[in-house]
Amino acid sequence: MKRIMRIAALVLALLLATILFAGCASTPTVDVIKSRGKLVMLTNAGFPPFEYVSEGAVCGVDVDIAREIAAELGVELEIQDMDFDGIIGAIKSGKGDLGIAGMSVTEERLKNVDFSVNYVDSKLVILVKDGNTEITGADTLSGKKIGVQSGTTSDVIATGVDGAEILRYKTFLDAATAMKSGKCDAVVVDEMTANEILAVNKDIVMLEEVLSTEQYAICMRKGNESLQEVVNTVLNRLLAEGKIDEYIANHMASGE
Amino acid sequence: MDFLKDIFKDIIDKLNTALIVEGRWKMLLGGLGNTLVIAFFALIIGVILGIIVAVIKVAASMNKKSKILAVLDFLSNIYINLIRGTPVVVQLMIMYYVILVSTTNSVLVAIISFGLNSGAYVAEIMRAGIQAVDKGQTEAGRSLGLSSLVTMKEIVLPQAIKNILPALANEFITLLKETSIAGYVAISDLTKAGDRIRYSTYDPFTALLIVAGIYLVLVLGLARLFSMLERRLRRSENR
Repeated sequence: MKRIMRIAALVLALLLATILFAGCASTPTVDVIKSRGKLVMLTNAGFPPFEYVSEGAVCGVDVDIAREIAAELGVELEIQDMDFDGIIGAIKSGKGDLGIAGMSVTEERLKNVDFSVNYVDSKLVILVKDGNTEITGADTLSGKKIGVQSGTTSDVIATGVDGAEILRYKTFLDAATAMKSGKCDAVVVDEMTANEILAVNKDIVMLEEVLSTEQYAICMRKGNESLQEVVNTVLNRLLAEGKIDEYIANHMASGE
Repeated sequence: MDFLKDIFKDIIDKLNTALIVEGRWKMLLGGLGNTLVIAFFALIIGVILGIIVAVIKVAASMNKKSKILAVLDFLSNIYINLIRGTPVVVQLMIMYYVILVSTTNSVLVAIISFGLNSGAYVAEIMRAGIQAVDKGQTEAGRSLGLSSLVTMKEIVLPQAIKNILPALANEFITLLKETSIAGYVAISDLTKAGDRIRYSTYDPFTALLIVAGIYLVLVLGLARLFSMLERRLRRSENR
């Protein structure tokens, strides 16, 4: 009993200490970023064409955009590749400046971070193995195993399907690989990434039905207005110049 | 004191969001269930495999002439080296994506994977324990006219178990905690459930601490069981 009390006391002390120190990291405003000389971008490099690994480096549409932002700020770009579901938490705790990961704007996320203007329209679609006649749309997903990427909007949508079992993978590519060997019956994924998956997997097909439409934006710490302004300026310029469509075309394996 | 009251209220708030809101504790419970199922069955596989491999290795070292034992010993060595030489998370993914490709039950894949992994360590622990029993014990048993099998069963193993228990407890604790990587292959274990709470509340601190606390309780319980068992086994020594 004594030991349990001691542990309880230790846990409580840790709890208090962490709460006291939580939120002490300062907001990475434009001035802070400039004085340190680098912009830290958090992403998850398993989401082509927006971010993927090629020749050992993370590249993609989002990386091109981040380079423009870094250039605008006159600083270097540092890319940190991490699990998608940890990005918002990391932005909140100041582990990085910008979360650029093909991230859709949602109510839930808006409560925790600020978003830039939208830069891409996206939609969620369903992938199944070629020859799967059981799954023809969202209403046939009940009772099936659905593969998603952990913490993405596909996870949220699939979790809302009644009676379905959700398998949460580290990336969509893992989910698709697992589906090929029958470990899940369908994968819910963003359309552009779906096209990338289809380009290299001839035995997977995409259903026509669209589960939801979404917009991607860049997230940053709440109240970081100076950085938000710079990001918005760059995004608006890139959008006006048609650069983002150009980036997407460049990075689509299916378009080459 | 207001300051402390605020902190206390904050903690309650955070616990409420992490556990009660949207019934998130159910995710934890489900995850805990998976973790326990994986750890328990992997442990059984590990112990059975470990005993078999340890017996093979001990028998082979005592009986150098037998060709069959030599081959089995050789295979056991390959198994132990392969398992100990590669990270368990890599083994798990090889099982999931390469070897057991057509198995649709992820939990089963994890059980087999962790069981195979644990078996190699248990085997070495058991072998060391058996070989630590003084050779004179075997000689005494044999000279009293007991067969080598009976000597092993009645004289060597009961003493070996006492040597083995602390190390075995360690291995079981490691195994239980190692199952936390099951999320790599889309299994909703305790850690993964914590992850889901972490990113749905965006409050990493509370979720991680709750998960750590649950593991701690599990491990303390396991350690306690083992120390009770050790004490029970030691009773005979004081007679």
